[in-house]
Amino acid sequence: MTAVADAIPASTAVDARKAGRLLNMAIVAVLCAWVLLPIYLIAVNAMSAPADVTGWPKRAWPGFHFGSLSFFINYAGVARAMLNSVLVAALTMIFAIGLGAPAGYALARFRFPGKEPFRLLVLMTRAFPLPLLALPLAVLFIRTGLDDSIIGLALVHTVLALPFAVLITYALFMGIPRELEEAAWTLGCTRVQAFRKVVLPLALPGIAASGVFAFVTSWNEVFAAAVLTVQNRTLTAFLIQSLNISPLPLKFAGGAVLILPALIFLFAVRRYLFSLWGIANR
Amino acid sequence: MTNPRLLPYLLLLPATLFLAFFFIMPFVQVAWMGLSADGALSLDQFRTMASHWKFQPALVNTLLLALIVVPMQLALALGMASIVTGMGRGREVVLYIWTIPLGISDLAAGIVWLAILDQTGFLNSALYSLGLIPGQVNWLTYQSPWLLFAAVIVAEVWRATAIMLVILVAGMGLIPKEYYEAAEVFGAGAWQRFVKVTLPLLKPSIQTALILRTILAFEVFAVVIALAGTNLPVLMGETYTWQFAMQRRGVAAAYALVILGISIAFTVVFLLALRTREEQRA
Repeated sequence: MTAVADAIPASTAVDARKAGRLLNMAIVAVLCAWVLLPIYLIAVNAMSAPADVTGWPKRAWPGFHFGSLSFFINYAGVARAMLNSVLVAALTMIFAIGLGAPAGYALARFRFPGKEPFRLLVLMTRAFPLPLLALPLAVLFIRTGLDDSIIGLALVHTVLALPFAVLITYALFMGIPRELEEAAWTLGCTRVQAFRKVVLPLALPGIAASGVFAFVTSWNEVFAAAVLTVQNRTLTAFLIQSLNISPLPLKFAGGAVLILPALIFLFAVRRYLFSLWGIANR
Repeated sequence: MTNPRLLPYLLLLPATLFLAFFFIMPFVQVAWMGLSADGALSLDQFRTMASHWKFQPALVNTLLLALIVVPMQLALALGMASIVTGMGRGREVVLYIWTIPLGISDLAAGIVWLAILDQTGFLNSALYSLGLIPGQVNWLTYQSPWLLFAAVIVAEVWRATAIMLVILVAGMGLIPKEYYEAAEVFGAGAWQRFVKVTLPLLKPSIQTALILRTILAFEVFAVVIALAGTNLPVLMGETYTWQFAMQRRGVAAAYALVILGISIAFTVVFLLALRTREEQRA
């Protein structure tokens, strides 16, 4: 091994390293294009006139015509579906944080019997295909009058989002030194005051980030939304139920509209993606 | 003041009650729905399900899709995570781009790839302008199920590799640099370092990534509907059809139990096959 290495002149070794680096950069560029190109193309479709969207052959740049988008927005039921999607996602966010953050705090700060079983319960949700919950809950919701309602669907989406909210806030509170809180107690703060004045300001950006994850989870969910809503359809439910009857411009504008908020939100929380989401998932 | 010993339980109570009511109970209910007919224990729902001609293709397609897509994604995500971990400048930007699909729903991904693969789509347009095809080619028809299958695989790899990437990048960040330095001192090349240091220490992250991704792969639904309509039956799609179009909730529940069964079986396999002893943790 070393004999071979010695036999190669130093300049060749440098060349090889340079070639390796170039190859690496090429792979990175190709993978970036692999992710971005399809998003660009759906954007091209969304920003072209309906005639161009169904036309042939297609151009690879947009006509900057908002005919497709306005056709989509004005299509019967779309505006309502978008509003429903936002409402369900916002409720899901509130439920997931409201239920999840206290649990995350308890897991991070206390040792108590029952802690492991609870963690296990949260982790167990991973092995379950959660959107299937919509089947039995559809029956329950009809009985309780929650069928085809924003709040009913938000409750189902909360089951999807809650485990992540718990694990993320758990990781978050673990990262805030307990000593800070204890110092506040010795200075005369009550437990609640110490939490509000010391822990909460530090945790707030992370909590907001986990709220965003909950929002996106709900915004993107298709199966439960399609099963549980009829009149009050969300955007995903609307799109999937009208896929076989809707014209192409409508589909593509819908696809682009579905992607947009996710892009913005992910950009907003990119700092937390690895520190919280990645670690919390272990 | 509340008893501090009770406080953690108080904090966990809302989340626990919620999960008991909206996660555990519904799954018990769905088991009963699938395993009963007219209020008595019965395998009728399963018999109806299994005797329908679409059951076997749906089961085979779902398993096959997962068996092809998940290993591809693991390999790709491992490669991407290794590249990004070794990167200096530009790392943040590349990571943001590569994780964009994390926020994209399976429905949107299906629509995005429909825009490319459709008869008047961008792929045909590009091939046509290069003179490679004489006119429009219809790739996505029931006459070529393998192409439908391939389209779904491409869309799934495009969309859902990011979730594994995030978990693996976070996991790689936890591996101490000293291990790599030591391996280099002993003459290990880049490949050897990857196989002897990265892979073993990354096992917990790989396990999590595999479990999460496999369960999601069994839930494949909207991508398939968007790209293949009903020409490529999958379990989740059949569940939806029985629940919604045919109004046979018991049969839908039987499907749900099949998906649940394979999900739990695969989770257990991953838990056992990729067990890590405490001292092996990074």
